[in-house]
This record gives sequence, structure tokens and C-alpha cells, in this order.
Amino acid sequence: MISAQTPPPRPSDVYFFATCVVDQFFPGAGMDAITLLERQGIRVHFPEEQTCCGQPAYTSGFPDEARKVAAHQLTLFPNDWPVVVPSGSCAGMMKHHYPTLFANDPVRKAQAEALSGRIYEFTDFLVNVLGYQPQDLGGDCTVVLHTSCSARREMGVHLTGRKLLGDLGHVTVAQQDHESECCGFGGTFSVKQPEISGAMVEDKVKALKATGAERVVSADCGCLMNILGHAAWKDQQEGRAQPTLPGEHIASFLLRRTSK
Amino acid sequence: MNAPQTPHTLHFMPSAGFRARAKDVVDNPFLRQSFRGAMDFLMTKRAAQFPDAEELESLRTLGESIRQYNLAKLPDLLEQLEANLVRNGIQVHWAETPDEANEIILGICKHHEAKLMVKGKSMVSEEIELNHAAEAAGIGALESDMGEYIVQLAGEKPSHIIMPAIHKTKQEIAQLFADKVEGVDYTDNVDALIQIGRNVLRQKFLEADIGLSGVNFAVAETGTLCLVENEGNGRMCTTAPPVHIAITGIEKIVEKLEHVPPLLSLLTRSATGQNISTYFNMISSPRKPGEKDGPSEVHLVLLDNGRSQAYADEQLRKTLQCIRCGACMNHCPVYTRIGGHAYGTTYPGPIGKIISPHMLGLEATSGLVTASSLCGACGEVCPVKIPIPELLMRLREEAFSKPHDHPAMVGQGAGYSGLISAVWRGWAFVYRSPALYRLTSWLGSRFRWLMPSRQGAWTSVRVPLKPAPKRLRDMLKERG
Repeated sequence: MISAQTPPPRPSDVYFFATCVVDQFFPGAGMDAITLLERQGIRVHFPEEQTCCGQPAYTSGFPDEARKVAAHQLTLFPNDWPVVVPSGSCAGMMKHHYPTLFANDPVRKAQAEALSGRIYEFTDFLVNVLGYQPQDLGGDCTVVLHTSCSARREMGVHLTGRKLLGDLGHVTVAQQDHESECCGFGGTFSVKQPEISGAMVEDKVKALKATGAERVVSADCGCLMNILGHAAWKDQQEGRAQPTLPGEHIASFLLRRTSK
Repeated sequence: MNAPQTPHTLHFMPSAGFRARAKDVVDNPFLRQSFRGAMDFLMTKRAAQFPDAEELESLRTLGESIRQYNLAKLPDLLEQLEANLVRNGIQVHWAETPDEANEIILGICKHHEAKLMVKGKSMVSEEIELNHAAEAAGIGALESDMGEYIVQLAGEKPSHIIMPAIHKTKQEIAQLFADKVEGVDYTDNVDALIQIGRNVLRQKFLEADIGLSGVNFAVAETGTLCLVENEGNGRMCTTAPPVHIAITGIEKIVEKLEHVPPLLSLLTRSATGQNISTYFNMISSPRKPGEKDGPSEVHLVLLDNGRSQAYADEQLRKTLQCIRCGACMNHCPVYTRIGGHAYGTTYPGPIGKIISPHMLGLEATSGLVTASSLCGACGEVCPVKIPIPELLMRLREEAFSKPHDHPAMVGQGAGYSGLISAVWRGWAFVYRSPALYRLTSWLGSRFRWLMPSRQGAWTSVRVPLKPAPKRLRDMLKERG
């Protein structure tokens, strides 16, 4: 069983909640995700007023600040369309933590609960709602997939990314050592405990590189920021001009593989 | 042989120096490799015990509900337990603090003019630093669990709640025995090392005046103390010496005997990947008239030490569901990187991070609650479904919020910083306002070249973060 919930009928419209990281740091991933959805005949709506799900404050021990930011996002999705989020981590925040965050606010709690059922992580939406089966138009290549801890343990959607990559006929998906282990990002953890976080990302990048895959793909840009950031730093340290571990959001990879 | 000395580390701040201690391990490739190997071994053993995901899930749900059921009735069960233990001839003592617990235990020792206490493995005795207190009172306290014996010989503390000496290599143990045990030559043959330990300990069981043990489950309806172990030393400690003192936390109670088998099964399978432990002791009374063996006196010391603080809060109470299997540390990417000693607390790893603040206060432990990426591996394997990441977030809130008048915890607000709180308020001010967010994110992309190349801890092992030249919203606008 891949789906964590019963898939609704195929919608004509969806909201796209890009996340602040994608909006500011990985806009290409957001564009590619939107394009991919549109190619499936879906109208994608991007609420201009969106900012951040509030997770950074929430996980750092500042729920009041998270609540203020989250309360704003609750107002962005008036129609009963699915909300697609290109990040397991931010989707997990909106789906699972918003109802808890507003436990003492009956009006917003009801809104949060209603919204919760409409939140979809991007790969989960492609596989389980759209039944999307990518047609691979690219040449042979080997990639390695990193799944975020939130996608894996909170959203339970760790199999959908693998399924999408598995559907690509010319793509081999390499298996890294300690696949399910955290990359060490963890939001403010990476700067509050830089020694431990640094050791975790070092081990993660080593494991990913050891597969010999030509690139890493992930459905979470937080992990990518950390993993690619360390891989590039290591390349700099060792004086390499070419990246030894390039990487991108799974939406970008899928779009390229399925485009002529 | 005299009982080895224990380190004098009674009152200290685990948070202080945590990062430095963690860095020492992280920078040591040998230790990194060694912890990784040990944790991989334990994870593999556990996984082999739970081939059926559905069975595991239903057993975890059962374990959780048994623990929650018993915690909900805890005050009544404690009374029932005491009444039934007393009826069975077991003397019951209550200790609010580690000092009180030590006083009670040493009082019993003095009453019997005891010179030597042999100890089975007990994390609660580590929690109260009994060895140190006994030594100060002139009473020898000798660990008889092989792992505990090794760390005691080395003058260290356990680095893992189930495998106390997991940080030590075979060669280190061989050298330790050669140095510290009389008449022993260096050998790194594991069987020979175990035999050396056994020979020393066997004699001590017979000499000891007091046997001390922990308790895994205390059954209220029957007045029974259950003890899980593998080496048989627990049975020796609880039967050979004339007096047996058991010590446990007040949360280890179950109402009924039928609650024990599921918890026992979860415990041994989660902890060491064993279907069942080699020994399972059920102690219901001292030696009865006509019986040929067993201690003539049995005592139970019930320790609070911050547990009632956790108990008083509905969310924090879940901390007390723990059955001390150690699976959370075996699966923790942080514990795997830094080992147990870096934490500086009796209980390391994820469970240590959520229980230690109740025992030591947040002032001493607020630095530990940030040492998690909230990856959720601990919560995923916890046999009684303690939501460890959720509790860590709660503890962060308790630690970093402004001190107030009705704190749920000792040390609430200990990590409060006016500056950091102001930063988060500023962050919320921007991110709750679409206009301000649009402005700041536009400035970020427009002036991306102004981003510093050194960005604090982030750039210690990563390239600097730089916003993209165009935001997603700009790209969408251009596309039309």
C-alpha cells in the first residue's frame, strides 16, 4: 500500500503552496512542478499571498510565532481544491501540525482540520491522485533518491518518489547505504549543533557519492540545500571545478525526462 | 580486590561543554566508525525480530495502551503495590530525591553493618550515583553486570542504558583487565575475558552483605518485582546475599501480571533483538520459613526524582511510558555520531533528552534539547510509541520561552534569550504579512550578491546560501 489515504477523484484545479524555500532558493523546482501538473490537465493556482508554513519557528520552540504565520496561510485556500506542496516537510507541518497548533482556537482549529485533508505532498499527489506514469524520453542514467524524514515518517510517502523514478524506463535508481537516515538538516539544528549536523551531512554525501549515481534527486528542498551545499563545499575544498554530486528536485528531473 | 572508584561527577551541567564533547567524538574517525558499527548491529538484530510490520504495529499499540492505562492509575497503583509488597514481606521505601534514595539504601547497609554490596544492572542506581555515595560511606559497591563491571573498572559511566560499555573495544577491555584485575595477563579473547570477570564476581556474590538490583516491572496486584537480564548476575544479586535492595522509578508499575508479557516481548526484542532474555526473575517475597535459599530481607526503594513533574503534565507524562529498551538511541543518527558520554547525563540519546530535564532541570539540560534534527527515527521504533520529537519541541518551548510564574518544569525559561525571541518575533512579523514578505524576499533576490560568504555555522561545512535571482512568483508573472 503506497497511499496513506483514500485518493479523491481527479481534480480539475489545485492550489500550489510553493514553500518559502522553493520561492526564494529553488524557484526552478516550483516552476517545473507546476508545469508537470499542468501537463496533466490540471489548472494550478498559486495564491500570491502565501509566505511560509511556519515550521522553522514551530520546531525551534516558538509556537506562538509559528501560529501567527500559520494563521495567515489558513486564509489562502478558499475553494475545496487539493493543496499540493513540493516538500514533505512543509506538507507535514500543514497536514499534521496545524490542527495541534490551533488546538485552543476553535475557529482556526476547524479550518486547520479541514485544510489538513486537502494537503498533498507533490509525489504522493502525482502517484496516488493523478495516477501519473511518466514516459521516459531521456537516455540511460543512474540517479540516487534522498527522501526527507518528514516525507518518510510523518507523511508516509517515501515510496511514491521511488515509484515515479522506477517508472522511468532508462533510469536506474541506485541504493545508498543507510538510506533512511537523516541528512542532518533539521532546520535550526544545522546551525545550533553544527558539529553533529556537519557529521551527518558528511556521511550522507559520502553514501550518496559511493553509489556512483550521476545526480541526487529529492522531493524536499531543505535536504537538497544541506546535501548540495555540503557537496559543493567539499568540491571547493578539494579544488574541483565540476560538481561531484549535482542534484535537483524530483519535479525538475521528471519534467526533463518526460520532455522532448 | 577492592571495589573500583567511581568518578566524582555529582552536580554538573550536562549542557555546558556538550558541543565540545560531541565534537571530540565527531572528529575521531575511529570512534565514529565504532559507534556506527555497534548501532548497525543492534538495528539489524531488532529488525530481524520484527519481520511482520503489522504485528509490530499492533504490539506497539498494545504496549502504548498498557503503559498509558497504568500511568493513568499510577497513584492508586502505587498504594496497591505498597500494600501487596508489605503483605508479601517486602519493605517499601519512598525517595523523592537521589540523596534520599542513597540515604535509605545506605541506612539499610549500615543497619546490617554491610561492607560489600554487589549490584545487578540498574540505571536508577546510576541516576542516584549510588556507587559514589556508598564509597563515601565506606561501603564497597561492585557492579556485577559485565558491561557495568567494565565501566566501573575504567572509572567511567555507562554510555548506553542497555550496553554500558559499548564505547569500548575488545582491546581496550583486555588492557583494562590486565591493568586493573590482579594476576591477569593481557588477553583479547572474549571468552577468556568473560571468564576472568566471572571468577572475580563469583567470589564476591558469596562475600557480599547486600545485593542491589533494578526493577523492570513492578506488578501491583501481586506485589511482584520483575527483573529482566541475560547474565544471571541479577539472579545472583537477588538471591545470594542475605539482603536484597531493589530500586526503581515510580513509573515502572503495571497493575496486572497480564500486562507484563507484551511489555517483556517488546523490551527484549527492541533492546537486544532477543526473542526473550536469558533470565526473567519474578521476586515476590524474602525467604520464607522452610525455604533453603533467598535473602532474608527484601526492600524496594521507589524513586521520584522529577518523575512527578513529568506526570503532572498530560503531554510530558508520555515520557514516563518508557520501558528503557534503548532502541531510540540505537536508531538515533545523533547518538550514533557522538555516543553516550557526550550527553553528560545518566540517560543518553533521545530518551535521555526528554527525561533528563525532569531530573536535572532545564537549566542544566536546555542545550541538549536542541541536539536533534527531529528526524523521527526514535519515535518510529519506540515500542511504546512515545512521541519523542513532539516532546522535544515542547521542551524547546519550555526552555526558550520567557520565564513565567506558573512553569510546568523546573528551569522553564533557562535558555531564554531576549535577542533570539526578538528575532523570531521579527520573523513572524514579516512572514505573517504578504506585503512584507514580498518586499523582503524581493530585496533578498535583488541584492543576492550582498549575501555574506561566511554565514556562521552554516558555512562551516557548506557553501553559503544565496537566494535565486528570480523568485518563483516572479517567474510565474513573467510566464503570464
